[in-house]
Amino acid sequence: MATISLRDVRKSYGSQEVIHGVNLDVADGEFIVIVGPSGCGKSTLLRMVAGLEAISAGTIEIAGRVVNKLEPRERNIAMVFQNYALYPHMSVFDNMAYGLKIAGLPKDEIRARVDKAATMLQLEPYLQRKPRELSGGQRQRVAMGRALVRDPAAFLFDEPLSNLDAKLRVQMRLEIKQMQRSVGTTSLYVTHDQVEAMTLADRLVVMNQGVAEQIGTPITVYERPASVFVAGFIGSPAMNLVAAEVAPQGRGLALAGGGTVKPRDTALPDPGRKVLLGVRPEHLRLVNGANNADFEIRVAAVEALGADTLAHGHAAGAAEGAPMLVARLPGGTRVAPGDTLPLAIDPGMTHLFDAGTSRRI
Amino acid sequence: MVQNNQGSRIVAHAVLILGIAVVAFPIYYTFVASTLSLQTILRPPLPLLPGREFFTNYATALFGGVGRIGGVDVGTLLFNTTVVALAVAIGKIVISILSAYAIVFFRFPFRMFFFWTIFLTLMLPIEVRILPTYKVMVDLGLIDTYTGLTLPLMASATATLLFRQFFMTIPGELVEAARVDGAGPMRFFFDILLPLSRTNIAALFVILFIYGWTQYLWPLLVTNSNDMNTIVIGLRKMISFADADTEWHLVMVTCVLAILPPVLVVVLMQRWFVKGLVETEK
Repeated sequence: MATISLRDVRKSYGSQEVIHGVNLDVADGEFIVIVGPSGCGKSTLLRMVAGLEAISAGTIEIAGRVVNKLEPRERNIAMVFQNYALYPHMSVFDNMAYGLKIAGLPKDEIRARVDKAATMLQLEPYLQRKPRELSGGQRQRVAMGRALVRDPAAFLFDEPLSNLDAKLRVQMRLEIKQMQRSVGTTSLYVTHDQVEAMTLADRLVVMNQGVAEQIGTPITVYERPASVFVAGFIGSPAMNLVAAEVAPQGRGLALAGGGTVKPRDTALPDPGRKVLLGVRPEHLRLVNGANNADFEIRVAAVEALGADTLAHGHAAGAAEGAPMLVARLPGGTRVAPGDTLPLAIDPGMTHLFDAGTSRRI
Repeated sequence: MVQNNQGSRIVAHAVLILGIAVVAFPIYYTFVASTLSLQTILRPPLPLLPGREFFTNYATALFGGVGRIGGVDVGTLLFNTTVVALAVAIGKIVISILSAYAIVFFRFPFRMFFFWTIFLTLMLPIEVRILPTYKVMVDLGLIDTYTGLTLPLMASATATLLFRQFFMTIPGELVEAARVDGAGPMRFFFDILLPLSRTNIAALFVILFIYGWTQYLWPLLVTNSNDMNTIVIGLRKMISFADADTEWHLVMVTCVLAILPPVLVVVLMQRWFVKGLVETEK
């Protein structure tokens, strides 16, 4: 158990910088999820912490010790890989024991630790099997067991669930969370799946193109996204984003496609400022009559998911080619393409971003 | 066969049996001849059934010291050949697995240069470099030694490439998992790479053992003394130009004895051999 701290960590391949200075302080026992689209540098960042990639600039500390130049084995970390990376010729027991054997632990200590981890992960019946005789979920457990027995300063997870089917993924997600809670080991977890990110994390690091766009608790990231990217990435369906300009004399926001919106309980910046207006689909409400509505949409497509109905459409009166807007309506709502829906934005649920910097206002 | 009717099956089997007969008959004939007396062999037609001289012939060949090959018995020749074949097979495997390991898993200067150098030697036929090699062996005083017989045959571009191809299929995550587990290069090699390569090694061993066993040109050049000969050379020396001078029954015994060890190696390692050729354990 230990703290991890990243100070202005950078990575370049030749002249191409792919990680542009990440700062992060991980508290002892904290579960940090690094999330972002593919190619954003999240795996590279994790591999730099693991020692599998060299650090081009900055420092990484694990348990108060700068580890920049240390080999992975000297960093006292354990890693769980996407493809499990089990040794195919070794039994489950040997797979878990291998690191301990190298560390030179006595045999009975190894046995005790592996047995403990196997009990925790319900792997006792499989200890003598080879990885190829196990199912995907069991292999994943062995990979976690291999990390667990080491009792390391930190666990590093590199998209560990992305090779599992949807049902198993939900189950393993809970198991990982419980396991981490019970052993209390500091963890860094990389994923591109925002549901995993939201459910597992104590704090999220949202990465985009080598930059940590926002670091915060899942709820903060959801409620107060720091940038347009975060706003669009976290939440499903994605947040509606419309270009707008602050209208003079408190008349609200003039939308780029035409029409104005006057969001309630929202402080607007100075008139004339170009902004992006963001509203989550779940914060749009169907109201009676155009008078009560903030704006109307003409429905182009409907997705009935059972619990929810997603109505996609353009703002009424908007020009051709205006962005599609989505409203998440209660499941029973009867909507058909071609309808015009009067919608209100829940009070205080608008997000405003600067059109130039893309940062939250 | 997609169709499974009686007629096509009979035809298929007939072709197979014919093929086997063509391949196996000379070997059977050799065995038959090795159990006959010289007189019987020299007086055609040769019988198709084994004769009664089995024990006499084999005892003479193994322990008698055959005049033609300088009083050396076949046992010595077999021993020499076994040493050569084993040394060549094991030496080739050790050297090529190590060089493939270096080329695939380590980043060092001129890595690709070394790889292409090894690759280039594939294109040179042995005969091209046989004279310089011979000169080197003479200068080193390695004529008539096991070292001289085996060392020049050990470097192998083919086996290196084979191991390289196999190593490239090993997922990077496995290497990284081993690094995180604390395995250094030596441990990774012995604990993970070697066990994973064992089917490949077995297949290569079979091929290379037979390659070493059947070497002719090089042993012929590098051995002068009769008791350093390999069995293939001995066999050649036993055959004289004049039919009457050749002890055909002993030649046939030597043939059978020369065939047996490679056949045994193939039969005993067949399971591994096939495994190594068709599957890689993942």
